[in-house]
Amino acid sequence: MSNIEEKQKTIVDEFSIFDDWMDRYAHLIEQGKDLEGLKEENRTDNNIINGCQSKVWLSAEYKDGKIYFTADSDAILTKGLVALVIRVFTGETPEEILKTEPWFIKEIGLQENLSPTRSNGLTSMLKQIKFYAMAFKAKYEA
Amino acid sequence: MTYNVAEIRNQFPILTQKVYKKPLIYLDNAATTQKPDVVIQSLETYYSKYNANIHRGVHFLSSHCTDATESARKTVQKFINAAHPHEIIFTRGTTEAINLVAKTFGQIELKKGDKVLVTRMEHHSNIVPWQMACEQYGAELCVVEIDKQGTIDLNSYEKALNENVKIAAFTHISNTLGTINDVKKMVEMAHSQDIPVLIDGAQAIQHTHVDVQDLDADFYVFSGHKVYAPTGIGVLYGKEKWLEKLPPWEGGGEMIDRVSFEKTTYNTLPFKFEAGTPNYIGAIALGVALDYIQNIGIDSIKAHEEELLRYATERISEINDLEIIGTAEHKSSVLSFIVKNIHPYDIGVLLDKTGIAVRTGNHCTQPLHDWYNISGTVRASFAMYNTKSEIDYFIEKLDFVLNMLQ
Repeated sequence: MSNIEEKQKTIVDEFSIFDDWMDRYAHLIEQGKDLEGLKEENRTDNNIINGCQSKVWLSAEYKDGKIYFTADSDAILTKGLVALVIRVFTGETPEEILKTEPWFIKEIGLQENLSPTRSNGLTSMLKQIKFYAMAFKAKYEA
Repeated sequence: MTYNVAEIRNQFPILTQKVYKKPLIYLDNAATTQKPDVVIQSLETYYSKYNANIHRGVHFLSSHCTDATESARKTVQKFINAAHPHEIIFTRGTTEAINLVAKTFGQIELKKGDKVLVTRMEHHSNIVPWQMACEQYGAELCVVEIDKQGTIDLNSYEKALNENVKIAAFTHISNTLGTINDVKKMVEMAHSQDIPVLIDGAQAIQHTHVDVQDLDADFYVFSGHKVYAPTGIGVLYGKEKWLEKLPPWEGGGEMIDRVSFEKTTYNTLPFKFEAGTPNYIGAIALGVALDYIQNIGIDSIKAHEEELLRYATERISEINDLEIIGTAEHKSSVLSFIVKNIHPYDIGVLLDKTGIAVRTGNHCTQPLHDWYNISGTVRASFAMYNTKSEIDYFIEKLDFVLNMLQ
């Protein structure tokens, strides 16, 4: 199993101990609180992903063949989800990122957050991660 | 007769629904109301027994549906006390009704240098159609400001009513703040300058008695789905003299008198504005919904909802760091709030998990939110079937989720 798949599995295991919604969400909130996020001055229009309800900021850096993401959100639940997504994708190669589907979100029972009508910016963030991977791949690995 | 909320609740099948295995507490009534059995049954009855396209059909079913539709038009007429049934135009909803007026009124009345007056608290659907008309004809959209409580400043409104203003469009009740505007006074002030008015009644028709003749409104619009009727049906009321004057807006069947390739003459009111097959079964069900309300009594409903709002406002004020957005003296059924350092979205998502449906976000009033310098609110909105014990549960759970988020 690849590293990125391992990470997804770890998150699923982590959430599997909670059997009701409250504990799952409490854990999600903790994830959000623990995420360092972006400094106020780095929350710019350049890296904003506008959901209708909450905003997400995402920036990416390419180093030694791998992509490192930093991200933030103005809503704590979205930030928790963002933290999990970042954990999975950061430090991976563009190729790995491109071929990985974040199946863990459904596994931990938070798939409703991916619905386009939820408009919390998460769906767009996942797309943006793939775009970064494509762009870095084209720029450095062509 | 005393107001029997338990009996009313029995008429609304969805209220016994469970979400996440918890009883549904539906506090998103400003977005749409639930439907009573009589309305749901009327849809079933008409689709299973009487459905046939209306007007000019010579057969039994068509005549029956035509009669029922025209009788619904009369029900609407009586409900808002319009002078004539042909002053009632069936539309898809409030949005379509405003677009109809903005397009056709713009066509004959707006030119470069003219102004259209709206207020800071309008829903996007009472801003954008006017903005589009203004852009098309080189007119200017002007805004009347509000104070911090969410009340329209009548002095600046009066000042804004100058000879360049061709129409004033404002809401009867704010969907975000709950403010009940003094629309009668506002109409009077506009009319003293010979300026016609359109009133957006989307948040008023279900909560308060509306008499378009007493208000002297030139146009009054509302949606069926916010007044316990189905989606996809709404009403444009227009004074006869205005509806006669405005050109037709959509072409098609039904709205014509005689068609040839050289020239088409148009049908009379109200059909001039009802091109194509209308949502006649929706219109019939709207009539049923209005009759249902009439039977309970709009004044009793109003009194019940006022008490709910008073109680909810009192209870929610117990919560620390919570600010109510919209504190006008006269308010109706809407309670919007923000909590310090907590995003409305987080509150909405967690309340949902407890079975409570509220709305979060900007409620289609972005200019209003910009003015308050907030990105959104949580909005609880009440209807005739809500109860104090639901409000108690809501406050209890709100307190709980705020603790989780702090």
